Amino acid sequence: MGLTKSSTGNSAIDTFTTKNFNENGIVVALAGNPNVGKSTVFNELTGMHQHTGNWPGKTVSGAVGECEYQGDNFTIVDLPGCYSLKAHSPEEEVARDFIEEGNPDAVVVVCDATCLERNLNLVLQTIEKTNKVVVCVNLLDEAEKKKIKIDFKKLESLLGVSVVGTSARQKKGLSELLFQIKKVSEISKGEPKEETEIKDIIKRAEEIAKQTIKFENEKYDERDRKFDRILTGKSGYPVMLLMLLAVFWLTIEGSNYLSGYLSDFLFKTEEWIYDGFSFIGVPYIICEILIHGAYRMLIWVVSVMLPPMAIFFPLFTLLEDLGYLPRVAFNLDKCFKKCSACGKQALTMCMGFGCNAAGVVGCRIIDSPRERLIAMITNNFVPCNGRFPTLISIISMFVITTASGVLQSLESALVLLLVIILGIIMTFLVSKILSVTVLKGVPSSFTLELPPYRRPQIAKVLVRSIFDRTLFVLGRAAAVAAPAGLIIWIMANVSVGESTLLSHMSTFLDPLGKFMGLDGVILMAFILGFPANETVIPIMLMAYLSQGVLTDTPSMSELKNILLSNGWDMVTAINVMLFSLMHWPCSTTLMTIRKESGSLKWTLASFAIPTVCGFLICVLVNGIFHIF
Amino acid sequence: MKKTLECLTPGEWGIVCGIEGEEEMKRRLLDLGFVSGTKVNCLHKSPLGDPMAFGVRGAVIALRSEDSKNIYIKQ
Repeated sequence: MGLTKSSTGNSAIDTFTTKNFNENGIVVALAGNPNVGKSTVFNELTGMHQHTGNWPGKTVSGAVGECEYQGDNFTIVDLPGCYSLKAHSPEEEVARDFIEEGNPDAVVVVCDATCLERNLNLVLQTIEKTNKVVVCVNLLDEAEKKKIKIDFKKLESLLGVSVVGTSARQKKGLSELLFQIKKVSEISKGEPKEETEIKDIIKRAEEIAKQTIKFENEKYDERDRKFDRILTGKSGYPVMLLMLLAVFWLTIEGSNYLSGYLSDFLFKTEEWIYDGFSFIGVPYIICEILIHGAYRMLIWVVSVMLPPMAIFFPLFTLLEDLGYLPRVAFNLDKCFKKCSACGKQALTMCMGFGCNAAGVVGCRIIDSPRERLIAMITNNFVPCNGRFPTLISIISMFVITTASGVLQSLESALVLLLVIILGIIMTFLVSKILSVTVLKGVPSSFTLELPPYRRPQIAKVLVRSIFDRTLFVLGRAAAVAAPAGLIIWIMANVSVGESTLLSHMSTFLDPLGKFMGLDGVILMAFILGFPANETVIPIMLMAYLSQGVLTDTPSMSELKNILLSNGWDMVTAINVMLFSLMHWPCSTTLMTIRKESGSLKWTLASFAIPTVCGFLICVLVNGIFHIF
Repeated sequence: MKKTLECLTPGEWGIVCGIEGEEEMKRRLLDLGFVSGTKVNCLHKSPLGDPMAFGVRGAVIALRSEDSKNIYIKQ
């Protein structure tokens, strides 16, 4: 799964049909256990020619892609990862149905070379259903590191089907794979054999494994076990917190530099464009709206919001690729169990750090509908990528005591960590409350696989993710932020009666805002920031500027002055952070919840619950501070 | 009193001789390789003691105590 451009934002909720086939193409089903590198194989084969989405009628992810090899067209259908074709989870149903009734021309079962015996279970079950099978033994590079040797010829003769070794990450073996797929697609389909009992299949897998796999190093997984001893067990929680702290600190430190350069440069371009436009005779009004309205908003988003997003996301993706997240789920499972929720919620919570919409889609890994709902509703308590910059900006401006430099960003990171921990505590609390009130039930059982650690291709992941993320933010900035800037400008310059539309709206919201320790402009910014969380602070700043004292083009360092001159104090800052952590989900997330839950009622609940929590806590904090 | 997987501590191992419990969980466990005769190693414990991670047929699977106490072993 993972956080990519195609799995976050609006793409999280697409549906695709497997009817978009190239009719003359060879239809290939890609099956395999989870964690075998199936997605890598799929991505390497199909590249940009793929489309992800849901299986029609089910909330199970899938993808379809195309590729060409030696004149033949292949349509590759990525089946959900599953351990078996017999059991009754939705993933296994989808996989089994497609293999039995979808009539693929070939079925490729992708296996992990370092865990082949267990994978053979699915291979043998597949061979029972169809003879048009190619076994793809992937992750050969990992097997080599662990000195695991596989006798492919023997394996082929024992299984009775073609076996191809690949290392998809290194792009090795893929042409051979396609060649074998072509061969297999041409043989005639045999009759499905009688289903054997699982016990016998596993015994057979064990025998085959004994004859074909040699472990030259008995302690081949020693390194993984060492890592696991550190990352779980007694040192589990401290390590987790330190990791988060490190990620936050890198994000803050990096984005401080980037933001400075970007904003200096971009504000200059604003001037050039403005002068250029006026020079060629564009009317004053249009210049103002487009440049001081839309373009300026774009600049705010790109220079203040983009750097943290473009740094955090790749770091997080690295952790994900490494295989760390299942360990987090392992460590937090008991806490979730106490809240009558599912341990896998830890994973969806982590995904929410990247994008709440992706986190909500990720809740599909939770089987029980009740627990899935709890996970979806509480996902918003974890701030997404778009809310990090908001938190970071405010922390940097208001909460810091040290002067500058490395220590300052470390202090910011610590405060951010505290905020996140608060979000996690709220997640537990609300999950618990939900499961004793409206979503009552018993915690379901679960099994979790801790896959081997894989060294991520660091450079590749970083580059792809930074590129990915930057494009996404820029796209959203153009589609959402720029129009928002336009609207703000219009509202600030169009008067109805005595004051501007902007004044009207913020004055209207002011009493409620003040009650919460915020003000009308802040509330308005949150409301207008509904489509995209990263626009909240830019909208806020623009609104202050257009009705406030400072009229000049401000720089980053003057942001705090703008806020102070508009009545901000420490309490305001704290409450803005609290409300940012706990308020309604963004429009994309809300739409995703609607789609995934199929229920208007629960979508409204997901809107209301974080908002009510945020409201109550802000009022409480405001009250406490003003008593003293 | 028969021994179950739950009794193991990290470093110990046992051989599966039966699974009890709810049908669906049983099926899932069989698919993951916990069939009779399989050697299972206890590998890691979660910070709060539960779940625990077991090595089975080359993979590492984490199970909660209410499930691991349904898997009977002999040593």
